[in-house]
Amino acid sequence: MSKRTQSLVLPLLAVITGLILGGIIMWVSGYKPINAYVALFQGAFGNSVFIANTIAGAIPLILTSLGIAIAFRTGLFNIGAEGQYWIGAMVGTWIGYNFPHLPWYIHIPFALIGAMVAGGIWGGLIPGLAKAFVGAHEVITTMMMSYIAILIGHFMLERGPMMAPGYNPQSPLVTMSATLPTLVSNSNLSAGIFIAMVAIIVVYLLLFHTTFGYRLRTVGHNPMAAKYAGMNVPLFTIYSLGLSGVLAGLGGAVQIMGVDHQLTDTFSSGYGYTAIVVSLLARNNPIAIFFASVFFSALSTGSQVMQINSGVSPNMTDVITGVIIFFVATDKLYSYFRGKFRRSSKAQSEQKGVSVS
Amino acid sequence: MSVLGLVFSNPELYGSTLAMATPLALGALGGTFSERTGVVNIAMEGIMLIGAFFGVMAAASSHSAWIGLLAGVVAGGLISLALAWPAVRLQSDQVILGMAINLFAAGLTAFLLNTVYGFGGTPISTPQLPQLTIPLLNNIPFVGAVLGQQNVVVYIMILLVIIGHFFLFHTNLGLRMRAVGEHPEAADTVGINVVRIRYFGVLIGGMMSGLAGVYLSIGMLNSFEVNMTDGRGYIALAAMIFGKWTPFGSLGAALLFGFATAVSYSLQNYGVSANLIGILPYALTIVALTGVIGRSKAPAADGLPYEPSK
Repeated sequence: MSKRTQSLVLPLLAVITGLILGGIIMWVSGYKPINAYVALFQGAFGNSVFIANTIAGAIPLILTSLGIAIAFRTGLFNIGAEGQYWIGAMVGTWIGYNFPHLPWYIHIPFALIGAMVAGGIWGGLIPGLAKAFVGAHEVITTMMMSYIAILIGHFMLERGPMMAPGYNPQSPLVTMSATLPTLVSNSNLSAGIFIAMVAIIVVYLLLFHTTFGYRLRTVGHNPMAAKYAGMNVPLFTIYSLGLSGVLAGLGGAVQIMGVDHQLTDTFSSGYGYTAIVVSLLARNNPIAIFFASVFFSALSTGSQVMQINSGVSPNMTDVITGVIIFFVATDKLYSYFRGKFRRSSKAQSEQKGVSVS
Repeated sequence: MSVLGLVFSNPELYGSTLAMATPLALGALGGTFSERTGVVNIAMEGIMLIGAFFGVMAAASSHSAWIGLLAGVVAGGLISLALAWPAVRLQSDQVILGMAINLFAAGLTAFLLNTVYGFGGTPISTPQLPQLTIPLLNNIPFVGAVLGQQNVVVYIMILLVIIGHFFLFHTNLGLRMRAVGEHPEAADTVGINVVRIRYFGVLIGGMMSGLAGVYLSIGMLNSFEVNMTDGRGYIALAAMIFGKWTPFGSLGAALLFGFATAVSYSLQNYGVSANLIGILPYALTIVALTGVIGRSKAPAADGLPYEPSK
């Protein structure tokens, strides 16, 4: 297989394996996997509202995983996008309900940019500086920063400064001037999809058609060579993690301003982690990220109908997702088994050779 | 006495510190065993969940908490092979494998809870691992209240930490494990089987994390709840790093983090946010990694796949 076909075929194989293993687990547990998958598909694409919700669910995934892809392309693993997403949502919400007199064309960009800056600082500045200057591994620092962000979020809402009057851990609603308009009525699909599409194009151009993107990728490919070529590797580390956080922060704000309209304790259901899966499956290609995001969003949107129609708990989709990442990570499995096969057939032919002579 | 004085002079606070620290210390110890051989393990959260669920399931169906313990430990070991095999044989990215296990375990245990037990949850008749009362220790004032009466797993944990330390730093096999984690090529050259050592490290680590899960489900309680680890696997990861990849360090960090949790529960009634205190373990880990107080350094070959040259 050429590298290009491999990057298409292997992720597809991982998805298929995930669905089959998920089906086997359902079957062993006494469910009908085919019915469950049909219900899942209907729940994701069965009518225009379902389709709109599936696309809506893909928006935060697209934005967050674009950021993760930038980090991966620079050889960095931003595992803490979940927290950067929370920080973006927090700042977006705060700006969204605090300036009710701004016109929308100022209020919306203000909230989005605020969220991006906050996400960038959270993901880029602290883990980036720690990595660039003392070599602290970004997997651990971004993960720890992520938990800190979520705890701050809960603190803000649970009798904290962002709690709305009343007893529920939730913030006030963002004003109309900070709300992204809904595109399909009765669905969650907002104008945020345009922001996601623009982000895909921008990240694509940035990575593959600018000197800056070329340098980022060089640092990721071979930091030593990049260093000898005169690139400031620590600086690119900070840029890359920073951009990663900027996009996750944007994702959080777009989710608030387009769908949730207020911050609650249960704001994110692990979008930051699913986004990592999206980037891995899409092999950090911005265009493939769109399709991978829609796929994972379809899994989670469709799982509701799957539960109603076939009784399978929606957690099944996490099992499937876990299996998919496992097979994405073990992409050498293919060549491993081929190697084994070759070795054994070689051994056989050698034996034959001996017996003939 | 002031409020703080009342809270801090109460031996119950230290008793619950030890109880809270137990799953963290076991997870951190498990992580230490894995990472000392050079396999990064961020899968403690998932392995704990697997241990917790299968612990309850076996305990409930056999009516024996000890069989539950055994099942949870074995299940933890088995799921950790999903990390060990690709990490060792396929040179796969260990962080991604860890993520996969965490997601898979969270999904699988929630799915099975729903499928096997329905909405009622695990049976209320599930047996629980016993609380032990240590005869003499129990009579000493204050110390008795802290150490004298704890769940059996707490004492197992203390033993494992001591044995783990002795094993890693004072036995031949322990030396080999550390050699493989620091410099696999050199270890290979002197005839150490890198593959087998790494399998061993990850497997032992998985069993310890499984035990941590067992403690949560049939030690502290007698039931399983969806996502009942509640991030403890990640705090264990933090404890491992803060404890500089050593058994005693892991225990020390786990005690500190456990203390923070216990204090936050006690102070909740006085209007102190548990969320803010909860930040402590994570913030301290970043501090430890950036070297403000004695920098933590991972084993040199931690996370690096090793491909034996043929």
